[in-house]
Parts: sequence; structure tokens; C-alpha cells
Amino acid sequence: MLYAILCYHDEDTVGSWTKEQDAAVMSKLAVVQDKLKKQGRLGPVARLLPTTSATTLRKDDPPLVLDGPYAETKEQLLGFYIVDCNNLDEALDVARDLGAANPGGAYEIRPVGLLNPGSIKP
Amino acid sequence: MTDAAWIDAALTSARPQAVGALLRYFRDLDTAEEAFQNASLRALKSWPQNGPPRDPAAWLIMVGRNVAIDDIRRNRRQQPLPEDEAISDLDDAEDALAERLDGSHYRDDILRLLFICCHPDLPATQQIALALRIVSGLTVKQIARAFLVSEAAMEQRITRAKARVADADVPFETPGAVERSERLSAVAAMIYLVFNEGYSASGDTAEIRSTLCEEAIRLARLLLRLFQGEPEIMGLTALLLLQHARAAARFDAEGAVILLDDQDRSLWNQKMIAEGLALIDKAMRHRRSGPYQIQAAVAALHARAARPEDTDWTQIDLLYGALEVMQPSPVVTLNRAVAVSKVRGAEAALEMIEPLSSRLSNYFHFFGVRGAFLMQLGRNEEARVAFDRAIALANTSAEAAHIRMHLDRLMRDSAPRGAKAGK
Repeated sequence: MLYAILCYHDEDTVGSWTKEQDAAVMSKLAVVQDKLKKQGRLGPVARLLPTTSATTLRKDDPPLVLDGPYAETKEQLLGFYIVDCNNLDEALDVARDLGAANPGGAYEIRPVGLLNPGSIKP
Repeated sequence: MTDAAWIDAALTSARPQAVGALLRYFRDLDTAEEAFQNASLRALKSWPQNGPPRDPAAWLIMVGRNVAIDDIRRNRRQQPLPEDEAISDLDDAEDALAERLDGSHYRDDILRLLFICCHPDLPATQQIALALRIVSGLTVKQIARAFLVSEAAMEQRITRAKARVADADVPFETPGAVERSERLSAVAAMIYLVFNEGYSASGDTAEIRSTLCEEAIRLARLLLRLFQGEPEIMGLTALLLLQHARAAARFDAEGAVILLDDQDRSLWNQKMIAEGLALIDKAMRHRRSGPYQIQAAVAALHARAARPEDTDWTQIDLLYGALEVMQPSPVVTLNRAVAVSKVRGAEAALEMIEPLSSRLSNYFHFFGVRGAFLMQLGRNEEARVAFDRAIALANTSAEAAHIRMHLDRLMRDSAPRGAKAGK
């Protein structure tokens, strides 16, 4: 079963990390990712640019283009992982491992109904 | 991350909102700052034990306010206390109340705080120093290092700026639409100044001063989050990101300047470029052009060019033309002339900058550019005169070294070509 693990965090706080702090968090996350990769359980991983660079298309008639993210929330969607897990407990374990890399924020865990891996090479 | 590191980041990000709200209560910059410092000290004690509060800014505002009110009571200072219903000595269970109190003011608090730092009574150097100290929370030591002055001198600069602001009349009521947009452009200009301080550094100081570029980008993103739909703020943020994306390619190992055409483009930061391009694309959709957007559009054309020869100089010429209409200045014309030299040749470009010579008679770049045009036309003797003048006017050793490189090339090329001086 595939799970999407969506990372939410206060973007202001993440944006206030020094380059060194950011790099340290990323390398801790890389350790968790490598473990999953070796087990053949890791799908696409994305880190999104700040919500200030987001644009939202509202499906009115005609569709309306707005600046900024879809939802104004205390914590913002900053990225996501696709991971292969047998059940929710396993997915929660992965999220816990990822969460240990940096304090604060939250992960939303959602089963994936359809995944088209696409053909883009990063 | 260690406790101290993540708390530090949380304090930094909560700072503008918290100090802004405390300033609204106490109407005094020093009191607000002190209240924030006290709240930060308590956070360092309490957060590692209890975990971070859900809303660090609200926590800091509540705690800072309560501590400050206690202090005021203790010292019996003759200061009017804020209204009773705004005072509460409850703990963080009151987060929700703090949020209700502050949510509605959020934007204007931060804008006011930034605006106070760029008060028109303050000279630019004081504006920048004050903003970095109060809004960004950099230490006096860090700011002094970035400005290459002693700590004592920087301390004095900030103290003087604060005294001036205290004497000035700063309005605390919620600004109207016109006033808000005036403040916004003053703040944008100040952020641009902060960036330029860092960007114009070179050589051994470039590393130290890149802090200023990063801080300016952080402030620009903050402003953009408050004013999501403002195309000029998108343009400003895009401009800073696109310029800073080239940081690693702008100097060689000796600290000498590497011109855009000669830069190793694989060293450009693609993530910053992606963010900058997304922002300028968004801004353009608004069809409300402005100086920051135009400059960002120029930077975007450079960023999109995989190789120097792919640069769309015709478009850059047009963009600078539009900027000349909007903000006429000899420096803009000088930049446009560089684009013209690529499109229509050095002769046309030289003609374009001749009228600027009196107004730019002390401007390093004018003589650097003029020398380069003359060199392209084979008028080596005149080029040498222009380059000599440029060296005399150089602001940094890197600038001077760069021009000397041109001169050396001239010497090598000055095989008897019989270039006559004069026209």
C-alpha cells in the first residue's frame, strides 16, 4: 500500500534556519530516506518552494487565478514523500523517523489511490 | 537540531510580529524590545521542558507584555498603562485570546515596525542598521562586522537612530489604504538598500556581507506574505533572489570580480532562480508594472540564458527603456547602453552615454563601461584614459583589479594599430 506523507511546518520558522541548520536537517532526513530506498519502499520526494511563490487557480466560471497558497494556515505544506508501507502503523513509524530530524511541524498521512510515476528525471 | 538552535529559529521568525505587537501596546521601541528579550529568555527556559507552544509569537507577546507591565508597576514609571482589558497576567492557556487580540493587527504591526526603521528622518545607513537590529534581531556585533565598522561605532549608530525615532512622530493608528501603500514602498526601498549593502561587497568581505543579502530576502518574503497580491513586492523579492542566485559565481578565488558574461553558470543557484522566475511570472499577470518588476525581468532574462550568447539583449534594451521612462536616471541609461552595445554595437552605445559624462563624472562604472566600449572600437588610447579614471574612482580593490585586467589586455593588444586619440 502506498502512503503519501505530507510535511507541514511553519514556513517562517523553516525560513529562519541558517544555511547550516537547514543542511543539517536535510542530511538527517536523507538518512531516513536512504534506509527506505534500500528497502525499495521510497517513491518520489519533493520539497516545495515557499508559499509566497504559489499561485492558486479557483475553479469558478471562469477560473480565477489568485496569488498565494490555497489555504492560509498556521503551518504550510512544505513537501511530501510517497512511501510503500504495509499498514498505517508502518507509515506512522516512517513519519516519526522523519519527525526526529527536526522539531515542530506535523505530518499528514494519506493513503495513495493512484500514482503515476511519470517520466521526469530530477 | 539542538534545543537552542530550533528555539533560536523560532524566536527569529516570531520576532517581527511579537516586537510589532509589543510596540503597539507600549508605544516605545526600547520597552518593546526589552519585553521581547525578557520573553525570549523565558522561552529558552520553558520551551525545552514543555515543548514549543503552538503559536510562539502569541506566547512571546503575552509573556513579554506581562513581564513589562510588572516591571512598569515595580518601577512606578510615570507611564500610562495600556487599557485594562488588554492586560492579562494569565499564562499560555490564553493563546487564543492573544491571537484574537493580535490577529487583526498582524499585518499593520509588522509594517509599522518596519516603517519606523525607515523613518524619513533617518539617514539610509541608520535605517538599515536599525532594521537589522530590531526586525531581524541580528546582534550589534554581527551588524558591525557586515558594515566593516567597530562594534562601538555601530552601537552608537543604532542608539542615535533610536533616539531620533523616539523624537519623531510615529502614528500608531491603523493606516488607511494610501498611507499603507506609502509605507509599503518606503519599506521596500529599505529592504533593497539592505540587499545592496551585501551585494556591493566584494573579495574577502563578500562572505561576511552575504548575510545582508539573505536577511533582505527573508524580509522581502515576509513583506510578500503580508501583501500576497502586490506585484511590486513580488518583483522586489524576485529581483533579490535572481541577483543573489549568482553569488557563488561573481568572484574568483582571489576575490576579483567576474563579469556576467564570464561567470560559470553552473554555479548559479537554480532553486533561487526557480523561485525568482515563479514570482516575476506571477507579478507580470497583474499588468501593473513598476521599477522592481522591470529590474527583476532583466535579471530573469539573464537567468534564463543557458549561455551568455543566449541572452535576449533586445528585450533587455526595451525593459531598460521602460525603466528610463518610469525612473529616469543616468545609471539606468548606462545600463541600457550596455544592452545597446550588444544589439547595435559599441558606437551607438557610446553615443548614448556621452551626454551622461558630466553627471557621472565621479562614477566608477561609467568609466569602466566607457573604456570597454572604446576598447571594442579599437580606440585604445582613449580607452586607457577612461580605465585610468575608473581605477582612480574604484570603491573596492576588486573593482580596481578588474579594470587593471582590461588595461593589461590593452597593453598586449596595443601592437602598433595606430589608434588615434581624439575623434
